[in-house]
Amino acid sequence: MAVGEVMRMEIPSGGDMSVTSPELHVLAVDDSIVDRKVIERLLRISACKVTTVESGARALQYLGLDGDKGASGLKDLKVNLIVTDYSMPGLTGYDLLKKIKESSVFREIPVVIMSSENILPRIEQCLREGAEDFLLKPVKLADVKRIKELIMRNEAEDCKTLSHSNKRKLAEYIDDASSPSPSPSPSPSSSTHDDSSAKDFPSSKQMKSADEKFSSLL
Amino acid sequence: MELVQMQKSLQDYTKSLFLDGVLDSQFLQLQQLQDESNPDFVSQVVTLFFQDSDRILNDLSLSLDQQVVDFKKVDPHVHQLKGSSSSIGAQRVKNACVVFRSFCEQQNVEGCHRCLQQVKQEYYLVKNRLETLFKLEQQIVASGGMIPAMELGF
Repeated sequence: MAVGEVMRMEIPSGGDMSVTSPELHVLAVDDSIVDRKVIERLLRISACKVTTVESGARALQYLGLDGDKGASGLKDLKVNLIVTDYSMPGLTGYDLLKKIKESSVFREIPVVIMSSENILPRIEQCLREGAEDFLLKPVKLADVKRIKELIMRNEAEDCKTLSHSNKRKLAEYIDDASSPSPSPSPSPSSSTHDDSSAKDFPSSKQMKSADEKFSSLL
Repeated sequence: MELVQMQKSLQDYTKSLFLDGVLDSQFLQLQQLQDESNPDFVSQVVTLFFQDSDRILNDLSLSLDQQVVDFKKVDPHVHQLKGSSSSIGAQRVKNACVVFRSFCEQQNVEGCHRCLQQVKQEYYLVKNRLETLFKLEQQIVASGGMIPAMELGF
């Protein structure tokens, strides 16, 4: 997998989504040692792998985004989610969010902001900048569960779209390979169409049924 | 003391902390995160809180004792303490920090000094209570018993 690529779920051919789901690796960023301990436990108990760092600068270093080429070896696992505190000395959570979204390599990683202060303009600013969600501190188990489900659902939808479009392409290929017998034109006007469009009509009908066949497997 | 009696004492003691507002539901959240694989989670987090708070309170005392108080230094410390106390459910400490911050905003030195005393008072109270709570738990475990799960029906 390329660096920074979001982990894809493996979907068995039977279409059963509940079978294998690899663990999310979460990078948690917070300057409070107490909060780092709590968020780490919340994530671990929710079956996530966790790496905690104490600042935005350390987070960038971990990801290899700090411009120091030598640091890129620090990261041993792909990061699937970043959860960061908003108010931190130095780089704020918002600054970190911006840097991640500016990066062509890491912009796909979902970022969740945490804050003890329920300030609407702040929340809006983060969501506008591309934050996946905003958690109000103190963070609870239900919050982490919800975030995890959201991330897993997004991953699954990406896979489903990918898998579905691959199956469409396969159906098209099968169609083109065999030569379909042209069905009678449904209306007189279609007889004025050229050959290519007459061929299109029956094959698109066949593709649709092939699609339906495949969709029922999902 | 019999095991059952000790367990009852622990439950009553814990309940009183909630009724007095010393602890809030966030403490229950922490207890939910404790299990056989992590049997000391709560005491570990609380210990971190004590260490962190001791440091912050010390820094606050120093900052407020300066000839010219730099509120840009004071406020972040109070914000930190507010955050960590909130994370463990130390409600009264958190509330005292909220008041403290408003005096920082007003740049009221006298008010801040009073607030620091209030925060310290609440902090030593919750520290004392939690240390007692953990001692009770240890006695139960030492007697071969299990810590009873906190009932939420009060």
